[in-house]
Amino acid sequence: MVTKHTFALIAVIAVVTLLLRALPFLIFSGRKTPAFVTYLGKVLPYAIMGMLVVYCLKDTAVLSFPYGIPELLACGVVVLLHLWRKNTLLSIGAGTAFYMLLVQVVVPKLAALFPAA
Amino acid sequence: MQQQRIKTIRRALVSTLPVFAGYLGLGFGFGVILRTRGYPVWLAPVMACTMYAGSMQYVAVDLLTGGVSLLTAAVTTLMVNARHLFYGISMIDKYKGASWRRPYLMFALTDETYSLLCSDTATDNTRFDYYFFVSLFDQCYWILGCTLGAVAGGFLPFKSDGIDFVLTALFVTIVVDQWKQNRNHLPVLIGMLAALGSLLIFGSDNMLIPAMLLIAVVLTLLRKKEVTPDGD
Repeated sequence: MVTKHTFALIAVIAVVTLLLRALPFLIFSGRKTPAFVTYLGKVLPYAIMGMLVVYCLKDTAVLSFPYGIPELLACGVVVLLHLWRKNTLLSIGAGTAFYMLLVQVVVPKLAALFPAA
Repeated sequence: MQQQRIKTIRRALVSTLPVFAGYLGLGFGFGVILRTRGYPVWLAPVMACTMYAGSMQYVAVDLLTGGVSLLTAAVTTLMVNARHLFYGISMIDKYKGASWRRPYLMFALTDETYSLLCSDTATDNTRFDYYFFVSLFDQCYWILGCTLGAVAGGFLPFKSDGIDFVLTALFVTIVVDQWKQNRNHLPVLIGMLAALGSLLIFGSDNMLIPAMLLIAVVLTLLRKKEVTPDGD
């Protein structure tokens, strides 16, 4: 299974990833960072995190059963738990366990109960 | 000096605890997938050491199995990891003066390391050590998670369906934290809406680049309207 091509692919992916991470530093190093870039650096973290949440959920099928309801419920659990206990480990762990319970147990049972759905 | 460093290491260990959990779960999921596709255990730490990228490593398993061309692999990586350009931009000033640590800090700038470090407000001279150890510990957790997953991939005691939700949950908690920290909720809403719009128009495989372009454009337009009394 592991061939020369496997290593070549891994090398390409690793190099492109490194380039993307290092490029901003190489371009702007040694001179004063432009004000516009500093501004972007301040607001981007928030925008990108928002984008990543949507990105994580991008393959959720909302038009067919179970209509993205497990994802919605699990996200709700994470948000509420995190607002309540402020414990990242707990929010992630409980949220993921809840989601796994939904997709492994609850959804198949519901699908068997309502075959039409 | 030595004592100072031990203090810094302890601080880095404590603040990376959430990432420890997240990376162990996420890395585990990656390792399981890699192994169940017929790859040997040792490939997991190799990929975790050289690529060190969460979602991209998941995608990479698909690329390896499909035996795609090197060009396809390069373009896909560009798409999936392009957000790292933004991370770099916002860390330029922070990493200035990090001397010998800088190359590794640049290499190890993942989503989670970024979210930990961009919110750090320390200005003392131990901060570069702190950045370094946070980055290093995070990668160690990742390598550990990937390897454990690959080992366990041969004999799983439970069904792992849905374990990917760890990633979603992690970002959701970060957004909740940011929401409480900052009164200006516009950037995070822009990010979500841009991603959503891009997802609807371009589909799940091609959403990242348009979403990031849209975010960059909207944030640029907003800057001109923003009143900045303190001049920054």
